[in-house]
Amino acid sequence: MSVLVYTENEGGNFKKAAFEVASYARAIAKMLGTTVTAVSIGADQNEELGVYGVDKVLHVQNDKLGTFNAKAYTDVLKQAAEKEGAKVIVISSSADSKFIAPLLAVHLDAGYASNVVALPESASPFTVKRTAFTNKAFNITEINTDKKVIGLSNNAFGLHEDKVDVKVESFDPALSDNDFTVEVTSVDKATDKVSIADAEIVVSGGRGLKGPENWGMIEDLAQVLGAATACSKPVSDMGWRPHSEHVGQTGKPVASNLYIAVGVSGAIQHLAGINASKVKVVINNDPEAPFFKAADYGIVGDAFEVVPQLIEKLKEFKANNA
Amino acid sequence: MKILVCISHVPDTTSKINFTEGDTKFDTNGVQFVINPNDEFGLTRAMWFKEKQGASVDVVNVGGVETEPTLRKALAIGADNAIRVNTEATDGFYVAKQIAKVVEEGGYDLVIAGRESIDYNGGMVPGMIAALTGANFINTCIGLEIEGDTATAIREIDGGKETSKAKLPLVIGGQKGLVEESDLRIPNMRGIMMARKKPLTVKEPADVQNETKAVKFEKPAPKGEVTLIAPDNIGELVDLLHNEAKVI
Repeated sequence: MSVLVYTENEGGNFKKAAFEVASYARAIAKMLGTTVTAVSIGADQNEELGVYGVDKVLHVQNDKLGTFNAKAYTDVLKQAAEKEGAKVIVISSSADSKFIAPLLAVHLDAGYASNVVALPESASPFTVKRTAFTNKAFNITEINTDKKVIGLSNNAFGLHEDKVDVKVESFDPALSDNDFTVEVTSVDKATDKVSIADAEIVVSGGRGLKGPENWGMIEDLAQVLGAATACSKPVSDMGWRPHSEHVGQTGKPVASNLYIAVGVSGAIQHLAGINASKVKVVINNDPEAPFFKAADYGIVGDAFEVVPQLIEKLKEFKANNA
Repeated sequence: MKILVCISHVPDTTSKINFTEGDTKFDTNGVQFVINPNDEFGLTRAMWFKEKQGASVDVVNVGGVETEPTLRKALAIGADNAIRVNTEATDGFYVAKQIAKVVEEGGYDLVIAGRESIDYNGGMVPGMIAALTGANFINTCIGLEIEGDTATAIREIDGGKETSKAKLPLVIGGQKGLVEESDLRIPNMRGIMMARKKPLTVKEPADVQNETKAVKFEKPAPKGEVTLIAPDNIGELVDLLHNEAKVI
């Protein structure tokens, strides 16, 4: 009957999103008067989950699962949910979790709500608040199946420590050849950069930067903040930056704690894509740029003068607060 | 190869979003509807398979008669046949069930759907179709090649990409990258004329129960005024981000 949560790791270390979904699962378990069981596939420090209220970890160690495989991971989660009699399954909004969730929902006959931003408003009927219209609105969704899959938006709930005694159990679900009919042949991942999905801070550049040769200061700013870099649609369409950096309605959604836009005018599609970010800063020389209406803090000024100064001030700040 | 492209009928990306009937319904007044952008990238890739590899391309939408102009646009771009399942698209699971039935009846080898629609952003229909029909599934797909009965697909992952191989039948959750923005096609006059004569079949829906229900909509709270900082006083921004916003 416990709440099941899928806690992802990267190279054996839990992602921050894993602690966030664990915190969320803990809060739901309290609402429902039950416990939290996490599924951990190949993580090293499973006890860390106890800090966020996970009572039991089902730890899966299987060489075949060394690389993410949606079908096989779905089967693991399905068997874990059945073993625990879980009615509520919580997952993150990572690319992998969003890949698994609809498969898992069908296999468990569970209703699925994605992009959920808050705790259920009520447990009966089970209603959750989620984003819709690419962050231009919220939608209250009622899930009316016995089992429910909830996809939590990144950074929507935050980390909440609630330390409990955690029990780590090894879990060895039976996997069949049918779980591996999609064969991953290569993975190409930048390990030295923060990805937009995982980032707490995102620094984004627009057409105001005039050309790809001027991105050095965006990267420097991102580096001093430990941020991911992003760009507006015209910038990716012109080939100044890779598509993977395009954020906005048809690109990637951003739900960071801090979003800094440099030389981005703020087209409605761009603002929709980044609207879930908590604090927005805009630097633009045009005081009429629509982004100023969406931002919390703004500087009207020349990016080529403002950004280098901002980098210096941030370095000073870091030196003083180290 | 038989390809089915799922076409969602969505408000244009520049639309103002409003709600009516006590915030329970999307206000379509004055809204221009388009092919869901994630679907359009997939449709354009399907055209490539048609032209280079002789595939047939059908399009499907689950919706009322008001979605037919969007399906006609897909025909004008080059799809061969359109199917409309005549019912209101009320829930991702419900839509996936309707499309799964079309897939099984039509014996499609490849189903291309957008990774999500830009209205409800459910992100569940492609995966659910795959699970319901027993096909392989690759989400957030940014590259797709088919050779015989084997697909090679590139998937966007957090911070990179991943290549995988799978046998048909296959379902793809597609997005930009399947083709480039500049590859998208604006229907020409000949395409529009031909689209009028192409078959658009209306099917009655399968009897399926919803699993979820959108009970209400809300707009984000209005935003406060922006705090402007003088360009010669950048230190103040760092101070505000640290002490007021508490994000650094």
